[in-house]
Amino acid sequence: MFRRSEQDKRPQVQIFVDGVAVAARQGDTVSAALLASGRDARRSTAVSGAPRLPYCMMGVCFDCLVTIDGVGNRQGCLVPVADGMQIEIQKGKREIGR
Amino acid sequence: MTMAPKREAYDVVVIGAGPAGLAAAATSAEAGLSTLLLDENIGPGGQVFRAIASTPVTERDQLGADYWVGADLVQALRASSAEVIHRATVWSLDRNLEIAVSIGGASAFVKARRVILATGALERPFPIPGWTLPGVMTAGAAQTMLKSSALVPDGRTVIAGQGPLLWLLAAQILRLGGRIDRILDTTERGNYFAALPHAFAFLTSPYFTKGLSMMREVKAKVQVVSGVTELAAAGDGQLASVSYVAGGKRETIAADLLLLHQGVVPNVNLAMSAGIEHRWDDLQLCWSPVLDASGNSSVPGIAIAGDGAGIGGANAAVVRGRIAARAAVEALAPATAAKLAPMATLRADLAKAERGRIFLDTLFRPSPQFRIPSGDTIVCRCEEVTAKDVLDSVAIGATGPNQLKAYRRTGMGPCQGRLCGLTVTELMAQARGKTPQEIGYYRLRAPVKPITLAELAAVPKSEADVKAVVRG
Repeated sequence: MFRRSEQDKRPQVQIFVDGVAVAARQGDTVSAALLASGRDARRSTAVSGAPRLPYCMMGVCFDCLVTIDGVGNRQGCLVPVADGMQIEIQKGKREIGR
Repeated sequence: MTMAPKREAYDVVVIGAGPAGLAAAATSAEAGLSTLLLDENIGPGGQVFRAIASTPVTERDQLGADYWVGADLVQALRASSAEVIHRATVWSLDRNLEIAVSIGGASAFVKARRVILATGALERPFPIPGWTLPGVMTAGAAQTMLKSSALVPDGRTVIAGQGPLLWLLAAQILRLGGRIDRILDTTERGNYFAALPHAFAFLTSPYFTKGLSMMREVKAKVQVVSGVTELAAAGDGQLASVSYVAGGKRETIAADLLLLHQGVVPNVNLAMSAGIEHRWDDLQLCWSPVLDASGNSSVPGIAIAGDGAGIGGANAAVVRGRIAARAAVEALAPATAAKLAPMATLRADLAKAERGRIFLDTLFRPSPQFRIPSGDTIVCRCEEVTAKDVLDSVAIGATGPNQLKAYRRTGMGPCQGRLCGLTVTELMAQARGKTPQEIGYYRLRAPVKPITLAELAAVPKSEADVKAVVRG
């Protein structure tokens, strides 16, 4: 859906998406890294289980909700990637205790 | 690195580091007031100057000269004594000018003598069939990724809607080598005539030549369909096609990405939760705060600057930020106000920056069918409530957006009405034969962004706080 421009010379950062290593760039948000990865990053909604991807990328729509380092319901579009970050695509509502 | 505010109280707290907030914080600090700037994003710039201090797009022409203006604002802020905290989510502001802010998973409270809200705008909801499908995003979302991560659309891409941002985004995508298959322009033909009386001011504004050359640049490379009157996205769990009607003819095209845009509206959540009076704006079709000429709101001590004060664009936002900050300085430290640009100069700057705005508002007034959906089209994305659901609730007695919550939970999901509020107001107004002003809006309350109960429970409590809720 998206690709990186060749002029992007930022250093690589390795994140893990559902346990699989994915290359991101320093300064990417989690949502941008997921969309750039080409992986199926669709979450499913808490209400009907419908698949969704980020819609606004600016912190207002909450369609980018994702589990980051074990914490659910994070807005992926507001969190920058970090080396070794563990990301899980969130299916349904946030689980109690995480 | 995120850290809590250094002090418990400030002369001025500015919320939002877009054009208005950057200018306001720098101005206030320059006059010697203790100033705190809180911003939710990773770095300064807001949306229009998104990633201005970190963008990987190094070829300056690709983003355009208007973007790089933001770098000067950031430089002025950094040269000032203002304290700046990013990744700071303000979740409460009250009439006592007490602010609750979540930073790195913990909440802090600060008190201000003056608050300048610069929370800007968000894109107007674009509730068409299929707008919740993966692969449908806002144009602003694509622009955010382009500016902050140099990402460009790669698959079959359709851009639909209207307004200056749409053309700017299209030009930027093409300059960075991205793909656009078709642009579907939804500008209503009648709007061109309606806007005509305001054309002179626009023709003599800087928007005109810039806008025209950008449209030429895009039209030379992309097929543009104008006069689009219907629009729908379809696919099974993922966008597969976009269908539209133009000139009475329906067409369906395969697509991987659909970018929607029909203008921006003030982001009212924090201001409304503080009890600031808003009115329905019949021209801009949104809620705008009631403000005086310096941006002061109905709540003493809280001013609003930038697009949150009514859409005026980035140049106007910068000036409104300076005006609000100067007014704060005049109130708190009148002797130092002489250091700043005179109010008369700022007001003249603002008039210049707002020139041509009425023309744009009239020309790009979105059509009713793209604001007020029907049938199975989703209105509330969070709670997955359709237009039919809303109308059924009206039929059995729901009178306004707040009653509707009890029927359907509209606006009660995590986005707190940001993506459905305007649609619900207009849809209910139409169904009940009332004006949007009469129908009203959701009653917004803190926390205006979700925080966990654990974070709330960890907030420091005074003896009085505990006594207020504990019996005996």
